Amino acid sequence: MSGPPPPDSPPGTAPAAHPALARALELSAPLIAVLLALAAGAVLIAAARENPLAIYGLIAHACFGTGYGFGQMLFKATPLVFTGLAVAIGFRAGLFNIGAEGQLYLGGFAAAMAALALARAPAPLPLVGALAAAAAAGAVWGAIPGVLKARFGAHEVINTIMMNFIASALVAFFGRRVFQVATLRTAEIPAAAALPRLAAWFHALRGSAANVSLGLAALLALATGWLLFRTRLGYALRAVGLNAPAAEYGGIAIGRTEVVALAISGAVAGLRGVNYVLGYNHFFELGFSAGAGFLGIAVALIGRNHPIGVIVAALLFGALSHGGLVINERVPKELVEMLEALVILCAIAVQEATRRAARALR
Amino acid sequence: MELLLFLAAAVRISVPYALAAVGASFSERGGVINIGLEGIMLNGALGFTLGAHATADPWIGLAAAIAAGVATAALHALVTVRFRADQITSGLGINLLAAGLTRYVLIAVFHSSSNSSRVPGLGEISVPGLARIPALGPVLAAPLVLLAIAIVLGGQWLLFRSVFGLRLRAIGERPEAAATLGISVGAYRVLGVLISGALAGIAGAWLASEQHSFTDGMTGGRGYIALAAMIVGKWSPFGAAAACLLFGAAEALQITLQGSGFPNELLQMLPYLVTMLALAGLIGRAVPPRAIGVPYDPEQH
Repeated sequence: MSGPPPPDSPPGTAPAAHPALARALELSAPLIAVLLALAAGAVLIAAARENPLAIYGLIAHACFGTGYGFGQMLFKATPLVFTGLAVAIGFRAGLFNIGAEGQLYLGGFAAAMAALALARAPAPLPLVGALAAAAAAGAVWGAIPGVLKARFGAHEVINTIMMNFIASALVAFFGRRVFQVATLRTAEIPAAAALPRLAAWFHALRGSAANVSLGLAALLALATGWLLFRTRLGYALRAVGLNAPAAEYGGIAIGRTEVVALAISGAVAGLRGVNYVLGYNHFFELGFSAGAGFLGIAVALIGRNHPIGVIVAALLFGALSHGGLVINERVPKELVEMLEALVILCAIAVQEATRRAARALR
Repeated sequence: MELLLFLAAAVRISVPYALAAVGASFSERGGVINIGLEGIMLNGALGFTLGAHATADPWIGLAAAIAAGVATAALHALVTVRFRADQITSGLGINLLAAGLTRYVLIAVFHSSSNSSRVPGLGEISVPGLARIPALGPVLAAPLVLLAIAIVLGGQWLLFRSVFGLRLRAIGERPEAAATLGISVGAYRVLGVLISGALAGIAGAWLASEQHSFTDGMTGGRGYIALAAMIVGKWSPFGAAAACLLFGAAEALQITLQGSGFPNELLQMLPYLVTMLALAGLIGRAVPPRAIGVPYDPEQH
């Protein structure tokens, strides 16, 4: 922020300012964090008596060596774009949405139920209905903690965690009435609500589960960027996140903005289910997508709460997730889970460290 | 008698909650949010199982659980106090790490991704007098129940009646003022987090000891509930313990009503709904320590 040192300051008292260097340092923080986490992961792999470089090589080959692997990586990355965007929207407004897990769970269930209810409706209706239901369910589940925060000052972190548990109990409650006999899943959704796989157009991806949801995720990233940086609402949202009292002074209703931000965040998370329910399995299954909501936090952090960053980070975690399955023969895939956690811890520690170093450079 | 049996069940259920919640009050009174309770508890449960498995002595298991809890909490302290990083994110990272680590060790040691082999539990001790109390007697024969009661009482004293507690609370309110008096903000915060880790580790030991084994994800969200209980209990060990008893009663009610025709899934929501209602101010406003969640940076004061 600060410009060059004033010309009248005596030489040698103030360190020379390097704003460009400081900016570069801050921007490279996610990269440093990922490299650090990979280094820590290498220690874990070595402890399991395997060659870390060989294992990382296997992961890279699994994701980029074959069309199928590339498609699977895209498939694993798709849900993380949704949850990463959801968490990022919350973060931009200064809100910590740990409830993506519950929002996406309800959203996935709502998508399946809407598609089944509209089974006899003409062509685009089942699909449109399923998408609308997923977004609406997530939005409601996000708005509730928003209202509780705006109205009663209850912290959204605890409430969104509680809502995760309530969502899973709620789905179990309704699910028992609609699941197929002796299973934990719904009936198959109508073909009109299903999203085709990308392999239908790109033969190289043959066999992989990557589907049109990926396009939807990319569109949503574009829309999020537009919302955050090109609209009045996005401005209000970011203003509240940066400095709530100043935003209020500027005439922005904080409570209302927070509720809207969490509702949008919830709607985006709710759409996560389409990748699985509409694009892959074509039914809703109890316990689907465990953890995607929490990983969304890591994706948002690494992606610096920016839509483009979120896409890049989602691809990284998608690669880890698909790669984990491939290396499972040599080292337990749980190692990848630990690696993902290490990325989170490194990301926040490095972010602080670089911010500090950058401040010294300015 | 029915009521006493119900109370006994509620006490038994609330033991792990109370241990973790009392610990959390130390972490948070010092200004560090600890959402990592869930992961710390999970590592504690694994520590107990490994210790008891290796030595066939559950008491060594308990020591291992405390060590595992403290080690996990030390990571949280490193990231949040030393590197001054975001406390909520760090806690979530620790939960993810513990979930992966425990499964990894489960596979490496017990060659199963779901559960360990059977290990000895802590058993019962007979305290003369206590055993004769109707219904509650058997509960009070469990050593960790007695320990938990002692920790609740001792924790309240330590936090509100000792010099250590006074300083810790001062740091959670106005770290810069405490620093002016020569109190090391960092050291006290680390200590608060480590106490929290030790107690959450014991909570994990209780779970594994009761079940005589470790199962994947066995904490099942108890860490989050404990954190909520601590907030409902307004950041004090007594309040936290009372809230935990309330949650324990809700869970006991759920078990009692099972098979009565009332949908079990709706009963499962009870503790979470109670928490949300409590946070919405149903029992008066919960005011957190003033400097909670804010990393202390001496350069900015």
